[in-house]
Amino acid sequence: MSEATYTQLLDVTCGGLLFTAVLVLWRKELAVIIRVFAAQGVALAALVGVVAAHERSAELSGVAVGLLVLRAGVLPWLLHRALAKAGPGRRETRPLVNVAASLLAAAVLTLLAYAVSQPLVALAPSPATHAIPVGLTVVLVGFFVLVTRRRALSQLVGFLLMDNGITAIGFLTTAGIGLLVELGVSLDVLLAVLVLQILTTRMRETFGEADLDELRELHD
Amino acid sequence: MSALGVVGGVVQPLLVVVGSPLLVGMMRQLRAKLEGRAGPGIGQPWRDLRKLFAKESVAPRGTSEVFRRAPLVLVATTLVVAVVVPFVTTESALDPVADLFAVVALLAAGTVALALAGLDTGTAFGGMGASREMTIIALVEPTLLVAIFALSVPVGSTNLAAIVSSTLHDPARVISPASLLAAVALVVVIVAETGRLPVDNPSTHLELTMVHEAMVLEYAGPDLALVELASAMRLSVFLGLLANLFLPWGIATTANPLAVLGAVVAVAVKVTLLGAALAVGEVFLAKVRLFRVPELLAGSFLLALLAVAASFFLA
Repeated sequence: MSEATYTQLLDVTCGGLLFTAVLVLWRKELAVIIRVFAAQGVALAALVGVVAAHERSAELSGVAVGLLVLRAGVLPWLLHRALAKAGPGRRETRPLVNVAASLLAAAVLTLLAYAVSQPLVALAPSPATHAIPVGLTVVLVGFFVLVTRRRALSQLVGFLLMDNGITAIGFLTTAGIGLLVELGVSLDVLLAVLVLQILTTRMRETFGEADLDELRELHD
Repeated sequence: MSALGVVGGVVQPLLVVVGSPLLVGMMRQLRAKLEGRAGPGIGQPWRDLRKLFAKESVAPRGTSEVFRRAPLVLVATTLVVAVVVPFVTTESALDPVADLFAVVALLAAGTVALALAGLDTGTAFGGMGASREMTIIALVEPTLLVAIFALSVPVGSTNLAAIVSSTLHDPARVISPASLLAAVALVVVIVAETGRLPVDNPSTHLELTMVHEAMVLEYAGPDLALVELASAMRLSVFLGLLANLFLPWGIATTANPLAVLGAVVAVAVKVTLLGAALAVGEVFLAKVRLFRVPELLAGSFLLALLAVAASFFLA
C-alpha cells in the first residue's frame, strides 16, 4: 500500500468515526443510535485494519477482526436485546440538553480536542498521529452523551463511545498495544456492558423505569 | 477576461434559464409517477410561466416599491450567480465575483428581498412566511459558507473556479473526510434553502406549514412568473454547485466547441440525476415540524464545522 492511499484510507475511516459520533448526538430514537454505534464499530475496525495493512502485522489484523466482531456485532446485539425488553414508550432518549444545543456543544468539544492534542501531534508528526484529535473528539462526545442523557441505555452508548475513542487513540499513537492488552480491554468492555445490562433490567423490574433521574432517594 | 470565460458567461445563464423549469417539471413528473398519478408532463412549468407572463401586472393595494422590485432582485441575483459559478467552464466571466463569499451573499440577498416583499404586503401569511424564512436562513448561510470553506482550505483560495479546477487535477481529494462531511452538510442545507421536503413542502398551500409559498402568496401575473422562475433557477444553481464542487468531471477547460458541448451535457445530466434523487427522496419523507428544523440545520452546521476542522487537522 502506497503512503498516499494509506493516508487517504486512514482519513476516511477517521471521518467515519467523527460522523457516527455526531449522529449519536443528533438522533433521538434509541434503535437508530444503536445502529449508528454498530457503524462506528465498523469504522473503528477498518481504522485498525488500515493500520495493520500498513504495518504488515498479522497480529494487528487479528485484533481488527476481533474488534469488528465485538463492536459491530456482539455489543450492538446486546444493546438491541436490552432495548427490546424495555418495551414501547422507552424508545427515545430524553436528553437534559436539547439536540441543537448539544450539537453546538459538540462543535466546541471538537475545537477543544484539536487545541489540546496539538502538543501530542507535535511529538511525532505522522498521518496517524494527525488523526489523534478525531479520537479525542469521540472520547469527549461520548463523555458528553454520558453526562447529558437520562436513560440508562443511552448512557451505556455514551460509555461505549468513549471506549471507541480511547481504542482509536491507542492504535493511532502506538500502532498496536499488543494482542494481550487489547484482548483484556475488550473483555473488560464486554463485561461492563453485560453487568450494566443486568443492572438496567433489575432497575426496571424494581422501579419500572430506567430513568436515572428518578433514583434520587434511598430505599430499604 | 479569457475566451473560455466569455463562453461560460453566455452559455451558463442560457442553460440555467431554459433548463431550470424543465428540471422542476421533471421532478414533479417523477414524484407523480412514483405516487401513482399521471402527472402534467415535463413541460408544464414552462406552460405555466408563458400563461403568467401574458397576464397583466397587478399588485395589492398598499404595497410599496419593495413588493414590486423584489422579484427582479431575486431573478437578477440568481442570474449573476448563474453567470459566474463554474458550471460549464472552469473560468469565470467575472472572476472576482466567482468568490465563495460573493456568491453566498448574492444568493442571500435574493432571499432577503423576497422576505421583505412578504413583510411589505402586511398580511398575516406574508409576515409569517418571512419570519420563518429568516429563521431558516440564519442557520443556512453560515453552514453554506463554512461547508464550501472546508473545500477551499486545501486549495488555498476561496475562488469557486479555483476549487473546481483543483479538484479536477486531484480526484483523490473527493473522498477525503473533509469533503465527505462538507457534502453531507451541503445537501441538508440545499434542501432547506430551496424549500424542499423535509423542511418545506413546495406543493402545499396549507397555511400552517408553508414557508416559501407564504411569502409569495400575494404575487400574481408576470411577478409571480418571475418568482417561480427564480426559485426554479435557484434550485438548479444549488444542485449545479453541489455537483461541480464534488464531481467536477466533464467541465470544459478549453474553449473548444466540442468540449463546451460536452460540458453542457455533463452538467445537465449531473443536475438531472441530483434532482431525480431529491424527488425520489421526497416521496419517502414527511415534513418535519418547524421547531425541529433548527435541530436539523444545527446538525448540518456542526458537520460543516467538522469538515473545516478535519481539513486542517488531517492535512
